[in-house]
Order: sequence, then C-alpha cells, then structure tokens
Amino acid sequence: MNSPITLNTNTEQRWTTLCSQTDLVPYSGVAALHNEEQIALFYLPGEADEVFALSNHDPVSKANVIARGLVGDIDGQLMVASPLYKQHYDLRSGKCLDAEDLALKSWAVRLREGVVEVLG
Amino acid sequence: MTRSTNTSRLIVIGNGMVGHHFIQQLVESGQAERWEITVFCEESRLAYDRVHLSAYFSGSSADDLAMATPDLYREWGINVRPGDKAISIDREQQQVTAANGEQLSYDKLILATGSYPFVPPVPGHERKNCLVYRTLDDLDQIRAAAEGGSKGVVVGGGLLGLEAAKALRDLGLETHVVEFAPRLMAVQLDEDGGALLRSKISELGVQVHTSKATDLIDDGEQHLHRMNFADGETLETDLILFSAGIRPQDELARQSGLEIGERGGIVVNSQCQTSDENIFAIGECALWNGRIFGLVAPGYSMAKVAAAQLSGGDESFLGADMSTRLKLLGVDVGSIGDAQGHTPGALSYRYSDDVAQVYRRIVVSADRKKLLGAVLVGDNSLYDTLLQYALNGIDLPAQPESLILPQSDNVAPMLGPDALPDTATICSCLNVSKGQICGAIDAGALSVGDVKDGTKAASGCGGCAALLKSVVDNELEKRGVEVNTDLCEHFAHTREALYHIVRVEGIRSFKELLASHGKGRGCEICKPTVGSILASCWNELITEETHVGLQDTNDTFMANMQKNGTYSVVPRVPGGEITPDKLIVLGQVAKKYSLYTKITGGQRIDLFGAQLHELPEIWRELVDAGFETGHAYGKSLRTVKSCVGSTWCRYGVQDSASMAIQLEDRYKGLRSPHKIKFAVSGCTRECAEAQSKDIGIIATENGWNLYVCGNGGMKPRHADLFATDLDDATLVRYIDRVLMFYVKTADRLQRTSVWMDNMEGGLDYLRDVVINDSLGLADELEQQMSHVVGTYQCEWKSTIEDPEKLKRFRTFVNDDSSDPQIVMIQERSQPRPA
Ligand code: SRM
Ligand SMILES: Cc1cc2nc3c(=O)[nH]c(=O)nc-3n(C[C@H](O)[C@H](O)[C@H](O)COP(=O)(O)OP(=O)(O)OC[C@H]3O[C@@H](n4cnc5c(N)ncnc54)[C@H](O)[C@@H]3O)c2cc1C
Ligand code: SF4
Ligand code: FES
Repeated sequence: MNSPITLNTNTEQRWTTLCSQTDLVPYSGVAALHNEEQIALFYLPGEADEVFALSNHDPVSKANVIARGLVGDIDGQLMVASPLYKQHYDLRSGKCLDAEDLALKSWAVRLREGVVEVLG
Repeated sequence: MTRSTNTSRLIVIGNGMVGHHFIQQLVESGQAERWEITVFCEESRLAYDRVHLSAYFSGSSADDLAMATPDLYREWGINVRPGDKAISIDREQQQVTAANGEQLSYDKLILATGSYPFVPPVPGHERKNCLVYRTLDDLDQIRAAAEGGSKGVVVGGGLLGLEAAKALRDLGLETHVVEFAPRLMAVQLDEDGGALLRSKISELGVQVHTSKATDLIDDGEQHLHRMNFADGETLETDLILFSAGIRPQDELARQSGLEIGERGGIVVNSQCQTSDENIFAIGECALWNGRIFGLVAPGYSMAKVAAAQLSGGDESFLGADMSTRLKLLGVDVGSIGDAQGHTPGALSYRYSDDVAQVYRRIVVSADRKKLLGAVLVGDNSLYDTLLQYALNGIDLPAQPESLILPQSDNVAPMLGPDALPDTATICSCLNVSKGQICGAIDAGALSVGDVKDGTKAASGCGGCAALLKSVVDNELEKRGVEVNTDLCEHFAHTREALYHIVRVEGIRSFKELLASHGKGRGCEICKPTVGSILASCWNELITEETHVGLQDTNDTFMANMQKNGTYSVVPRVPGGEITPDKLIVLGQVAKKYSLYTKITGGQRIDLFGAQLHELPEIWRELVDAGFETGHAYGKSLRTVKSCVGSTWCRYGVQDSASMAIQLEDRYKGLRSPHKIKFAVSGCTRECAEAQSKDIGIIATENGWNLYVCGNGGMKPRHADLFATDLDDATLVRYIDRVLMFYVKTADRLQRTSVWMDNMEGGLDYLRDVVINDSLGLADELEQQMSHVVGTYQCEWKSTIEDPEKLKRFRTFVNDDSSDPQIVMIQERSQPRPA
C-alpha cells in the first residue's frame, strides 16, 4: 500500500473514489478516510485545479484537524492555515510556508462525473 | 556599580514627582554615576503620579500610579530610603540627620519636599474623620471614613477641592462643597465662569455653599460632625476634607537658616539655588521671584535646571505658564494666562450660551493684537488653539471674537499645526516644543508612539495628546511617510474602512467585497474579519453557505476546538442563573457523551471532548431542554456575569441578576471585533467584578453606574466610569451606542480596552459621542443595534433543523467512524486527552 508513484503510463487504474462531489463544501475543507489514512479535501471552485488533498494530520498539534482550517492565498500561493496554531501549508504540495522542515503529505486528486478520486 | 573614591555625595530630600524627575534627569544625562546618591522619601511608597491621584478611587491601584520602584533605583545604583524622613540639616558640617539619628554627609543637597495641605485652624479641625487630600495614605483614610458614613463635605472650592468632591461623590457620599470666597475656583476663573461652573456642578448633585466661613466643628446629631458657619447656619456631615490651599514644606530649610519667603517657601534664584550655594530647592517647596508654582510642569523645569547645574551646565528657570485645562466632575474648565484681565488696558470678549451651558472669555491686549488670557467653562475644545495664541504671541485675527463665537459652518478657527512656530510648546508638562518633535521625526520616529518614547511628550497630564498627534501626523505627511494600516495583503484598507464600505455599499458577501475592494483569494486574517463585519451589519447566520468558508473553525462548528481536535460545548446560562432541571440535563448529556465538565470563569458550564459528529446530537438534546448557544467560540458577547443582588443579598440596592439576564438576552449574538464580556453587581461591593469587564454595571441607590472598556486577560485594565445613576432605559441606550461605536471603529481583534487606550480624546471623546451625540451618530447606532437584536436566531437551533448544514458535522464524509486517534484517559473520575 501507498507505494510511491512511479512513472507509469497506466495510472488510470489507481485512481480510487473517495466521496461524492456534494460532500465537498465550497471554499472550505472536509475529511475523508482512505486506507486508514485521513485526507483533508479542499474545494475551490473557479481555480485551475478545483480540489486539493492533503493529510488531515497536523504535525504541530498532532491532531487530525487540517480539513478544518481556513483556505486562501499568501502571495498568490494557495494555502490552508492550520486551525490550531495557524501554520500555512501549500494546498498543492503540502509544504509549510512558514517552516521549511514541515510538510503535509499530498495526493493527486480530481473531480470526475460528480465524484472525488485520489491517486494512490 | 563601582565608583571612584572621589565621587561626590548628593542627597535628595523628598521623592515626590519633582524629586523623582530630578533623579531621572540625572540618570538619563549619564551624570548620576558621578555621584553617590541618597534619597530620603518620607512616604512609604516611592514617587507616584499625584496629578492622577483621584484615579485611585476610580480603578487605578497604587502600582498603576507608581512612577518609580525600589528595584529601578537599585538598578540605577541609588540608595533610596522609603519611609524615612530627614529631620534636620547641619549646613556647617554639610550633614543631614535621618529619623533614626544616622548622619549622612553631602557635597550637594537637593530639597524637593513639596508642600502640605493647609488646614484652617477652626476649632474642631482635629476631630476624627477630618482629613486632607494629598497622598495615597490620605486616600486610604478617606475611603475607610466614607465606608461608615453617608455624607461628606469638602472645605475649599478651588481646583483640588472640586477634585476631592468628585472623589467623595464616587465613594457614594452625598457631597457638599463649602467655599469661603463668593465663587468657585476664584484663582482661575472670573465671576461668570465661576457661576456657570457652580450651576453645572450643582446639577450633578454636588451642593455648593459659597461665602461661608466655618467657625466651629462639633458633634452632630444625625452625622458625626456639625459645622457651624459664621452666618449662623449649620451643616452636618460624617467626613470633612480640607482643601483650602497648600503651603510649601519648608520646615527643614527654616530650621537650618536658609532664606525663606515672607509667606513661606524656600527662596531660590533662577538656577534653583537657595541662599546656600550647595543647596538647591525644586518643585512646590521652592519660591522663585516671589512665586510658588503649584503645578507639576514648572517643578519638572526646575528639576531639569538643577540637574544641569550639578553637571556644570547652565540652564535657568524663567518662570512657567500656569494655564490649566481640567475636567472637574465632568465639566470642562480651562484657564489660560491672565484669565481675569488684570493687565493694564486689557480688553475682554465674552460669549455665553445658557442653552448649551458654555462660557468663553478671551482677554486681549489694548491693541487687540495679542491674546493675554482666557476662561473656558463647559467646553474646552478651543483650549489648544487659544493656548498657542497666548504662549507664542501669535497675532490675533482682525476680529478676535471670531475665536470664541460658534461657527455656523462647523469650521472652528483652529490653528493648523503648520501655523505653529518651532518654538511653540506642545506639551507643557514635559516642556516639549514643536521643534523637538520635528527633531524626533527627523531622527527616525514614525508614529505618535515613537515620538512619545523619544521626547516624553504627552506622558504627563495627557492633555496635549490630540495636539501632539496632529503635529506628528502633519509632519509625517509633509515628509511623505505613509503608515501602513492595511488589513492584510488582500485588502488595502483598515477594518474600520471595510466596515464603512460594507455598510454604505450594502455589500453582503466576502466575494463581492473582494471583487470590488480587494485582490487575491483572502486568508485567515481577512476572511474572519469580513465574516464578522458582515454579521455585525446584516446578522445573517454565519452558517449560511456564503459565509461558512469565512469562519475560523470555532465559528464554523460553533464550538471551541481543543488541542486534540475535539470540541467544547458551552450553552448560554444568562447571568449565571440556572434551574435545577437544566443543571440535571447538563449532567445527563455530559454523562451520555462522556464529556469532561467544568464550571468556567464566566459563570457557566463547559462540556469538553465532543467529536465533530457528536456536536449536533448533543445540541439537539440541549436545545430541547431550552438551552441556546453560548457563543463561547465567537468574537461576540460571551457572558454577563452577575451577583445575586437585592433579591437575596442584604447589601444589594438593585436587582443585578435580572439586569444581567436582560442584557445577556439583548446582546447575545452580536458579532464584534473581539469578544465582549459584561458583569452586573448589585452594589459597590462588586461581587461580579464588573470593573474588569468590557461593560461593567454597578447598582447605586438611584440606578446604575456604567463602566466601560475593562479587561482581564493578558493585560488587565480597570474599566472607566462612564456615567452614573442611569435608569434602565438610559443604561441600555448608552450600551447600545458604545457597543455599536466599538463595532464600527475598532481594529480586528482589538478588545474594548485597547480600543479605548488608542482612542484619540479617550473617555471624554467616547462620552461626547455617546452621551452628547457629538458625531450625530446616536440614532444610527441604536437602529443598527436594534436590527441585530431583532434578527437574533440561535445558531445551533437553526443548524440542527437544517439537514444540509448538518452534513458539515461529519468526522469523515465517507465513513461513520470516529477519529481513532483521539484517546481519552480518566483523571479525577473524568475523561481527559491522553
Ligand atoms: C473555559 C474558560 C476557562 C475556564 O475553564 O474557566 C476559558 C477558556 C478559553 N479562553 Fe478564556 N476562558 C474563560 C474565561 C476567561 C476569562 C474570565 C472571564 O471571562 O470572566 C478571561 C479574562 C477576562 C477577559 O477576557 O477580559 C479570559 C481571557 C482569555 C483571553 C485573553 C483575552 C485578553 O483580552 O487578553 C483569551 C485569548 C483571546 O481571546 O485572544 C482567552 C481564550 C480562551 C480560549 C477560547 C482559548 C482558545 O482559543 O482555545 C479557551 C477555550 C474555551 C473553550 O474551549 O471553551 N481567554 N478567559 C472560561 C470560559 C468562560 C465562559 O463561560 O465563556
Ligand atoms: C489631588 C491632586 C491633583 C493635582 N492635579 C494636578 C494637575 O492636574 N496638574 C498639575 O500640574 N498639578 C497637579 N497637582 C499638583 C502636583 O501634584 C504637584 O505640583 C506635584 O506633585 C509637586 O511635586 P513635588 O515633588 O514638588 O512635591 P510632592 O509631590 O508633594 O513631593 C514631596 C515629597 O517629599 C516628601 N517629603 C517632605 N519632607 C520630607 C522630609 N523631610 N524627608 C523626606 N521626605 C520628605 C513628601 O512626603 C512628599 O512625598 C495635583 C495635586 C493633587 C494633590
Ligand atoms: S455586589 Fe453587593 S449586592 Fe451583589 S452580592 Fe455582592 S454585596 Fe451583595
Ligand atoms: S501637557 Fe501634560 S502631558 Fe503634555
């Protein structure tokens, strides 16, 4: 499980359905379970990529709360702010914008025919 | 600190405001190290702010008033002897004797012994509870004496006497002022000014008796004393405060043979030197040119001169301006220069308005070119301008009367900061000129705060704060400095400006505001701020889809997130009053969902440890039992704390619990820049700690006293007394206005205390806006509040009735399980995060 994504021409098969698009809340986050991992899903209608998937686990507080953070941008970079201690994480890469040694795991994610799918 | 053996010895007698300022000058100029310094300080406390002594009765503690601490002196390497009075000076031996007989030698000696209150030698003046108003100890005695009585008399209707009268009134006593002269403040005011002041003060419930000489004080029948006047009348009272003038404390100087003035005071020259070249006298004990200066600013100038003398500098004291601006019992009084027109040939212009109760007089030179003096009663708004004309000899306009006549188009003939010469004194307490302020700005100061730090301007009586700000702003502007007050990178506006835009343009969503006045997508700073502004203005549910993305997690889920990602649940318990049935429900719910329960500091009960998906179930049970949300998560009204009040308590004078409940019900749900807390106490014992709240209310015999802008938390601040003896309706009206004005003008996450501290014009300004409607906003503010009150809904009740909204309360959108990583252990029979 969770094998690193290698260069693969046939990635199509590994997209798994997480939830329905209607489970998402526009301009906000929800959490989903995926193989015993908690994924925070953010939905920003109108952006080039509309959905983002990061680990729900906040490495600073050690609580599973990232989905409940506020989303927005800092210097044009889309981000989510941890609801507990307010570190900012890049919505795409999961990198922390305030501390180099912090990062959230991120998943490739897409919306297809009303469902949310992640890769991996 | 090491010293070379040849340091000289310096003794300072007296550690009042001036004695301390002298030390400070010496330390700051780096000269203190040249001396081995000993300070005699008769009072048990080191120097404190005597000018604001009365604040001790309206919330400031002795620590708040302190200007120095033993630690600070130790740091400076100065030996200070609190509680030690110097009892004699031997000028031949150059020695000072302490109370315990110890003798200390000096090379130079500074006398800063101040003055003492004059008590007229009326038979009976030494009776119990016959007190004076000068030191913190005096105030403690007054407070103790007031506790046992109901009535107090101040003897003396001068500036200090009226201040003392206010103190007595604040202590809840029926207050009288007995003045020997035919009018109040005879030194500073003319006849008409004195008469208006008298009528205003009488309206405030302080009874004034002029032309009254006291012959004898003996036993009263209803009260402790009876005062017998020369005209045969009598007045009974429990407490007498003598405020009949001050006398220079020149005892040591007399006894050691220094030259003393005919009516007291240690004679000094312009270098502040006494008749002994090694002894200097400064402050209220010093007599210069036949004059004693009973104000702190001239004392500070003397301290500066004396400090310069010790360092070989050559400064002189050349007299001082005795203009004063005060608020006495809430009445503006200003007196500038030759207020009574004694200068030969002087002419006067007077303006008096019986309706608005305002009196203004200017005294001008015979050629009508210069302003010599002025009297203001009822409105001090022209004080700064007039003072600048007088101090700087600025040429008067062709019609000098235009300065004091009301302006129909609302443009007062103000002197712009540019019109002032560089030599103009901006702060007279600390003697800071416009030139020095410009100098500080040239040296890098970028704000009023910086300039204050650098020049000490506005750190005395504070009366010059508005003028200082206008000078600083004007100078910064001239230098092209822009201060960035943007909310964040997405909005180049202050919170106040955004609030205004939202109101005026009727903007209803973040998206709309961002599109029209911002850029980017927003962040965790602007989103909650705008969410709060929208809620304050339109009061739509924060859970509506357009708003939900704006809220911090606590508002989104209407509960406070704890460190492990669980939430706390706090139902409203208005005024802390709760039925046994409701208590039982809280217990049952807590038990059913294994929640940790605790009584909060806000008189309600907090249930901790609920997971996201449990919140709606818990709230359904609570709402069914009649609970509403407590907004513990919101920047909004938290609690209105209350005591039991007159219903149960033997001391209660009003029903504080009912008032608290009424207020909590009125303001619950009001979204504001930061959280708001209230408390209501049933009497002055103040069991509800109202003076530490944003809005504090204390019952009086006649109604309610309203306090505003208090704070506990990180930086405690006592609330300021805003208005007294209000009836229920007026109380609510004032609170409506204060709160809405706060919502309108405060910065994001700015508690009312900080808002007040940053408000130009401070408490007086707020009173003007709220009570006198000086901005013409009162109706609007009330209407806005009434909209919020009228559209209140319990957010939790609306949420549990809406299945769409409940969808958000799922720990996982694709699974019913709980968060497996939340682990609880038991402690003292309750769960807590592992
Ligand atoms: C529960 C309680 C402590 C308790 O166990 O008694 C509490 C708990 C919290 N307080 Fe408090 N405060 C509580 C009474 C107080 C009081 C006392 C009072 O209200 O009488 C104060 C000082 C009074 C004041 O505010 O002026 C107080 C001053 C603060 C402050 C500092 C505010 C300041 O201006 O300095 C914060 C931090 C903030 O708001 O930025 C804070 C913030 C918090 C937060 C919300 C911190 C957070 O963000 O997680 C805590 C979470 C509450 C929760 O999860 O429900 N709490 N807090 C009290 C709830 C009262 C209630 O029924 O609503
Ligand atoms: C209620 C009140 C309100 C006031 N309001 C204003 C105002 O609005 N504006 C204004 O400009 N001024 C005001 N004043 C006046 C101002 O407080 C004084 O001008 C100022 O405090 C004088 O300072 P000082 O150091 O000369 O004297 P003080 O402050 O009186 O200090 C002298 C100190 O020396 C001590 N001392 C005396 N003899 C000895 C000894 N032998 N050994 C040791 N210590 C000794 C005394 O105990 C005292 O602590 C007010 C005063 C009062 C009481
Ligand atoms: S504040 Fe006064 S009325 Fe209220 S409980 Fe305390 S003593 Fe009683
Ligand atoms: S004039 Fe008093 S502080 Fe400036």
